[in-house]
Amino acid sequence: MSTLKITNGRIIDPANQRDEIADLWIRDGVIVDDATSAHETIDAKGLVVAPGLIDLHVHFREPGQSHKETIGTGTAAAAKGGFTSVVCMPNTNPVADNPSTISWIHERANDMAQVNVFCTGAITKGLKGEELAPVASMKKAGIVAITDDGHCVQNNEVMRRALEYARMFDLPLLDHCQDYGIVGDGIMHEGEWSVRLGLPGWPRIGEELIVMRNIMLAELCDSPIHCQHLTSGGSIRLIREAKARGVKISGEVCPHHIALTDESLKGYDSNYKMNPPLRTEWDIDLLIGGIADGTIDILASDHAPHAPYEKEVELDHAPFGILGLETEFAIFCDVLVHKRGAIDLPRLVEMLTINPAKLLRLDRGTLSVGAPADVTLLDPDAEWTYDLTETASPSRNSPFHGHTFKGRAVRTIVAGKSVWAL
Amino acid sequence: MTTPVTWTRKDLVALDALSSDEITLLLDTAKAFKGVGQRTLKKVPALRGKTLVNFFVEPSTRTRTSFELAAHRLSADVVNIAATASSLQKGETLKDTALNLQALLADIIVLRHSSAGAAQFLAERLQASVINAGDGSHEHPTQGLLDVFTMRERFGDLAGLKVAIVGDILFSRVARSNVHALVKLGADVTLVGPTTLVPRSLESLGAKVTHRIDDVLESAQVINLLRIQHERQRKEYFPSLGEYTSLFGLTKARAARIRPDCLVMHPGPINRGVEIDSDVADGPNNVILEQVTNGLAVRMAVLYLCAGNAGAAV
Repeated sequence: MSTLKITNGRIIDPANQRDEIADLWIRDGVIVDDATSAHETIDAKGLVVAPGLIDLHVHFREPGQSHKETIGTGTAAAAKGGFTSVVCMPNTNPVADNPSTISWIHERANDMAQVNVFCTGAITKGLKGEELAPVASMKKAGIVAITDDGHCVQNNEVMRRALEYARMFDLPLLDHCQDYGIVGDGIMHEGEWSVRLGLPGWPRIGEELIVMRNIMLAELCDSPIHCQHLTSGGSIRLIREAKARGVKISGEVCPHHIALTDESLKGYDSNYKMNPPLRTEWDIDLLIGGIADGTIDILASDHAPHAPYEKEVELDHAPFGILGLETEFAIFCDVLVHKRGAIDLPRLVEMLTINPAKLLRLDRGTLSVGAPADVTLLDPDAEWTYDLTETASPSRNSPFHGHTFKGRAVRTIVAGKSVWAL
Repeated sequence: MTTPVTWTRKDLVALDALSSDEITLLLDTAKAFKGVGQRTLKKVPALRGKTLVNFFVEPSTRTRTSFELAAHRLSADVVNIAATASSLQKGETLKDTALNLQALLADIIVLRHSSAGAAQFLAERLQASVINAGDGSHEHPTQGLLDVFTMRERFGDLAGLKVAIVGDILFSRVARSNVHALVKLGADVTLVGPTTLVPRSLESLGAKVTHRIDDVLESAQVINLLRIQHERQRKEYFPSLGEYTSLFGLTKARAARIRPDCLVMHPGPINRGVEIDSDVADGPNNVILEQVTNGLAVRMAVLYLCAGNAGAAV
């Protein structure tokens, strides 16, 4: 029997509406009421003791592209960012559209992972948007949601049937909202900077049309759809209006989309190339407004590693995506809490813990007695500078190298054991 | 405002990045070099011992030849490489190919590439000078300079000059370079074309936008017609070349309404009967071949300044 006591910290547990200076006790990997003595004590004075952070949108590149990231390196990056649970997207090679691949990922995670790894399965076979993937057998293999992330199901009928079918298994459906016809070969936000740089534009409406489609399908089927990595101010308006009349629609926002604008691409640096693209201050204001008023309940990284040689090419040849896990909490805390004052710290913790847990029906995101002892210690006032040379990932595709943030995770505890500490 | 005495840039990637003084210095230097082409011996030793690589990942005739001749006139050694004959065909990255060229001690790399930003990408990674000879839909700075040079020869000061650029602006690197240079030099630029190819967001470049050629026909002192790149156009931008010509082509009837002193320009190659009637293309207002000649002088100036010879005798 091992007992850990975290003392003097400010416990923020939104699942239990708890915000107080108190001690937290952990015994054998589980949160307990208290204990008489501890084998180990952590003094958390000046720190926030939060449920382990959950990121429901990461790309670890196994199977198939382990030169970019493995489950081992990806979960190490997650731990450095304060995340105790991550949810992997299915656009691996082979695609996670079958129970064998899902099982392989789970086995690999059992061997290598430093934090909890949850899997999603594809909506359609091969992410092609044509035929439904075997949802029942993937559910049996342990998936927590279905998504074609990286791709978007264009056929509305296929999407409708997927939504109806997933309901049988109580599986949430997540969607990467991108209308291929409108977006075409766009690689950055369509606007002044795409015109100036001579780059193909990816207009807001390329996202909004699918968000609207999803709202209508969610309403038709009375089943929830979660819209991933939203970027457009227009999408926020659509979701706000739909939620107000009871539609089961939700959305998430990523750190880079509230920290950077399309102007960042003026140097043609591929570290600013992502899908969906960086947009404008107008969008950022609306995204943050949506976070502030509860239209958006969940935050995520869209952690997307790519090897340096893959990114160091002509911009239109470079893959989309950036690293996210190590800077995620810092950016959200810096922008949303300190700079914009859009939300307070308990709300930020809620959006990174119990809200994603509720969406995906995970038994995480809380410090309730009896819950798995996944805990993150946060220093919301720590100023620090991100140094890419120290990343746990073999990839280097972050535009935030050298950026200074206020707020960071300082210790990550999974099932009662410290897996990373500053 | 004073003209800088020296040129400090290693590369020429985009006119958007230059000051009006720098553009003026380039144009003044080109004027001096134009005289070289009129000598019996059309050669100066300014780049003797330097090696220029014409690295054309995308095909070109006039730009490549113009750079080659410009380099010869400056006494540089020239190597021409086409994408089809390079290791890019074997899957080598642009960066690695360029580093190999640099390892062969190239001093100047002239890059034509279908990707916007490719020239900047190389400029940031090479010690050699990188000259952008057209990068996707971004910029074609030497074309922009030679167009402005041609206008300046005819009109002198460009402040207030009414210039209309007609055609596919959205995908045109020539249009962007023209707009940046002309706006910096004070010209009054109007972009003309269909709403699909001339979106209002182009006004952010400092130009006006109209979708009716009639709006500029009688007032423009320069009409610069761009080639309709129908090989690149997806069908949704406009229904047919015939419809484009009926709306925006400089037909004989429209040409009868332009000012007598109006310059009709075109970066080439011309689609006769599409953006310009054949008779108009061969008519008295056109300076299309003058543009080509001026291109040599402009490129000599660019090579001369970027290769670090500012201050040497022309």
